[in-house]
Formats: sequence, structure tokens, C-alpha cells
Amino acid sequence: MRFAVIQFPGSNCDYDVVYVLKNVLGVPTDLVWHKFFKGDVYDAVILPGGFSYGDYLRSGAIASHSPAMEEVKKIAEDGRPVLGICNGFQILIEAGLLPGALMPNDCLKFVCKWVTLKCETSGTAFTCMIPEGRLLHIPIAHREGRYFNTREELEKMRENRQIVFRYVDEKGEVNSKANPNGSVENIASVCNVKGNVVGLMPHPERASEKVLSPYKDCDGILLFKSMVRFLKS
Amino acid sequence: MKTKHYTVEVIIENKPAARDPEGETIYKDLILKGGYEKIKSVRTGKYLKILVDANGRKEAEKIVFDMCNALRIYNPVIHTHKIRVRG
Repeated sequence: MRFAVIQFPGSNCDYDVVYVLKNVLGVPTDLVWHKFFKGDVYDAVILPGGFSYGDYLRSGAIASHSPAMEEVKKIAEDGRPVLGICNGFQILIEAGLLPGALMPNDCLKFVCKWVTLKCETSGTAFTCMIPEGRLLHIPIAHREGRYFNTREELEKMRENRQIVFRYVDEKGEVNSKANPNGSVENIASVCNVKGNVVGLMPHPERASEKVLSPYKDCDGILLFKSMVRFLKS
Repeated sequence: MKTKHYTVEVIIENKPAARDPEGETIYKDLILKGGYEKIKSVRTGKYLKILVDANGRKEAEKIVFDMCNALRIYNPVIHTHKIRVRG
């Protein structure tokens, strides 16, 4: 089993993801520059957070045309797991691998804080170890994370179980107070129809060790553990 | 036939269904507070000024139109775009 973290110009959470995979989870992981990325040798790929190409045009818009994304599309078609975190999520959306759009936060500010998420489906490669309804503490750090899609598309996504995480309060309630960026229906994470491609705005790699969490939990590691279990099964 | 440079403008705007908090803030906190009640709304957008080598205005417009779609210069889920050839 071998994992790749793709580094784009402007990625800045790449080493954190590599650290978690290698040192916390103990799985072989390569950090690969986007121009050299070849998907054949990897079982799964992660697009890390950051500000690829300075967020010019729209976050993720320019990186979505990198040759690496053609390889990522092949991996996605194969059914191998693909995870996009924050800017990685924006890249997957811009590349058309995930539905919808990510727009500037409604408060127009960069929001950096711990949020509570509710798992809406265990049917993805990154949530197969997380029971539906389980609450997770994971931090966000972004300015363009307001998920948007049309009413008709959201209806289809609900039918296909493509909403993976929602922002909720400590009781697990979906409400506007728990929504940090104005995302439609408090959506924090979505997946493709098959469930092997997942994008999320929160940073699970920053919540994968107890020492890093004010809640003294390490909920983020569950996404990476789920990926490993998904591959083993 | 000799080609000519054309200036082509692309204006990208949010669709009405997608909120524009920047436009709303400019309107509420600057324009209305400044006393301009006759102004009824503001929508922000993105503006690209593009220089194109083409055989005519129509071709210049087509080159930019095709490029916008092929490279997803705008996101069709949330944006509308207008193309204007300035000559």
C-alpha cells in the first residue's frame, strides 16, 4: 500500500498530511511535485490545503488544469480513494470531480477555528469507520469555503448520499450559528456518487493527534484510518 | 489576410441564486450609509481585459468564448459571463 500527497505551487499543508500518514498512521507515503505525479504506483492520493497558484482567478482553478489532475481523474475513475482537503477540495471541484462550487465566506473573512462536524454517511472511502451521526472536532482555516449548489443538484446529491459532513453545534443540530462560512445546508464535505472521491474544507491532518486538540480527541485520524481500511477490504 | 489586435473584455458575475456578500456589504455599509438611496443594489464580479490576434471582431469574440469554456474561466454552477469586443 502506497500513498501520494501532491504538492502544487502554493500548497502549505502538504508536509502535515505526509507527517500524519507516515508518522502517526505508519503507512508509506510520497510527497510528489505536481508536474512529476504519475498515478499508477499509488493506492490513494491526497490533495493538501494551501493557496495553489495564489488562489488566482478562483481557488483551485489553475491547479485543476495541472497534468497531475489527469492522473487524479484516472485514479478516481478506477475507484481508488482521492481526498481533497481545503484547497485540495477546491481543486477537485474546479476539476469537475466533485459537484458544486466553493465561494468566498459570507463574512468575507478568513475563518480559522475548531468546528463540530456531523458525519452524514459512512458510505465513502474516508468515512467507512465513522458511524453516521457521529460528531467530530476538526479545525477549519479558509476564506473561500462557502459551499454552493443549485436546489435541483442538492436534491440529487441527497438522493445519492453525496453530503459527507455538515457543520453542527455541540448537540449535533444543523443551524446557522454553527455555520462558519454560509455554506448551503451547512455542508462541509461532499463526495462523488461512488464515494471514493471526497472533498472537505476542515483539516483532518490538524486533528490527528490528541496533543493538538483542545478537545483532547483525534477525530481527524478517523478519515485516514477509514482510507486504509477501505483499501484493505 | 493580415490579423489585427482586438481588446476583448470578459465580465464574470455571480448568478442571482448565488449570494454576493461583497456586493451586499459595499451596498449596505458604504453606499446606503453614504446617503445614496437612489442606488438599489450592487453586484461585484471579476473583469478580464484580453488582447487577441484575430481576423475580425467575430473571430476575436469566438476565440475568447471558446477559451472561457475550455479552461473554465468562469464556473458555470455559480457564474454568468459577458464577452465584449472593444476593437
